[in-house]
Amino acid sequence: MNDDHRDDNTRTPSRRRFLECMAWAGAGALWMVQGGVAQARLLGAAGDGTPAPAASFGFVQISDSHLGFHKAPNPDPVRSLRETIARINALPQRPDFILHTGDLTHLSKPEEFDTVAELLKEAKTGQVFYVPGEHDVIGDNGKAFFARFGHGANGGGWYSFDHGGVHFVALINVLNLQPGGLGFLGADQLAWLKRDLAGLSDSTPIVLFAHMPMWSLYPAWGWGTQDAAEALALLKRFGSVTVLNGHVHQIQQQVEGQVTFYTARSTAYPQPPPGAAATPGPLQDLPAGDLRHAIGLREVRHVRGAQPIAVTDRALD
Amino acid sequence: MLRTFFSFLLCLPLAAAVHAASPGATTAHRDGYQVDIHEFRFQPAQLVVPAGAHVTWTNRDEEPHIVVSAGNGFASSPALDTGDRYTATFAKPGTYTYFCSIHPQMVGTIVVK
Ligand SMILES: [Cu+2]
Repeated sequence: MNDDHRDDNTRTPSRRRFLECMAWAGAGALWMVQGGVAQARLLGAAGDGTPAPAASFGFVQISDSHLGFHKAPNPDPVRSLRETIARINALPQRPDFILHTGDLTHLSKPEEFDTVAELLKEAKTGQVFYVPGEHDVIGDNGKAFFARFGHGANGGGWYSFDHGGVHFVALINVLNLQPGGLGFLGADQLAWLKRDLAGLSDSTPIVLFAHMPMWSLYPAWGWGTQDAAEALALLKRFGSVTVLNGHVHQIQQQVEGQVTFYTARSTAYPQPPPGAAATPGPLQDLPAGDLRHAIGLREVRHVRGAQPIAVTDRALD
Repeated sequence: MLRTFFSFLLCLPLAAAVHAASPGATTAHRDGYQVDIHEFRFQPAQLVVPAGAHVTWTNRDEEPHIVVSAGNGFASSPALDTGDRYTATFAKPGTYTYFCSIHPQMVGTIVVK
């Protein structure tokens, strides 16, 4: 401590703490991705009113709703998903669609799938695109999930679509898992991906989404995809690749060349950062009001003719 | 991102939430061998049993787990929520590897002599 700076020293901690709390409890971080390098800009609590750059379109990512979960720190994931949808419906610019990156349910039960489908009917967006998490394919390799939430006639469940000049690819990395292994794509899916990308120009922006992280985030907890490198090799020639994942119930980010990877918050409950706890199970010891700071949604905007894709994470509080 | 997490901790009120982990009551059940599923591990990870043994897995985690045989050596369990049990009978000698298909990093072995 330096006497000359006593004033600062007594004032700074609370001020810093306040700002950090705003950073978490406010609208989240706005990520601008330029030339593959992401820069974070913090939004204030009034972030919802921040004018967004003119976007040709926007969409929302939600993840890990875990309907059927009924323990600490969130005994009511139906309510938190409903609130998330209300937040989506209140966004100043209406998103064109929603991507749900898996773990809709906790135990793949029919009534859990029913509830998800009912709740998402309340979303005022054109469509919802889904990929399964490992919690959605229990006991039947995803049969019930694909019957209800699948897209297209593709046997393996993966699919792609184009929207506003962006090519979207939905990959499945939660099936045919091996003992001791990570997420898995498999040879059939990789062969399909190669064919799917073949006709696209290098300048087509690519958004790839799948449940488990597509980079080695924390393999000791299974947070990775063992054959992701083969998929990424196919994406190397593209100038802008954004990979959106779930599974880890927290925001994580990684940049590798032209590829930027993001994991999203859950709409149900947070999990610990890599290695910060004995297991990756739910962070249970959250005082009731603080759960809302740790769950929420992600807004993504694409500006036609520009490389940046802006990703904004919004907690419920 | 770690920084963000710790910022979040700073925001917590001092009162700590009380949470008591309560694995399902352990009542006596049929003779046999036990594997506990605890802290995302099968314990013991390797179990040696005689032919004809019943092996019972009990999930003592707050998370659901599944017992899935690698290579269909025995019938896989349904999802085991907290406190749920699953029993398989091992008639033939051999080495049976299994894992949890929700958390594939969880691997165990039953050696039947
Ligand atoms: Cu498990």
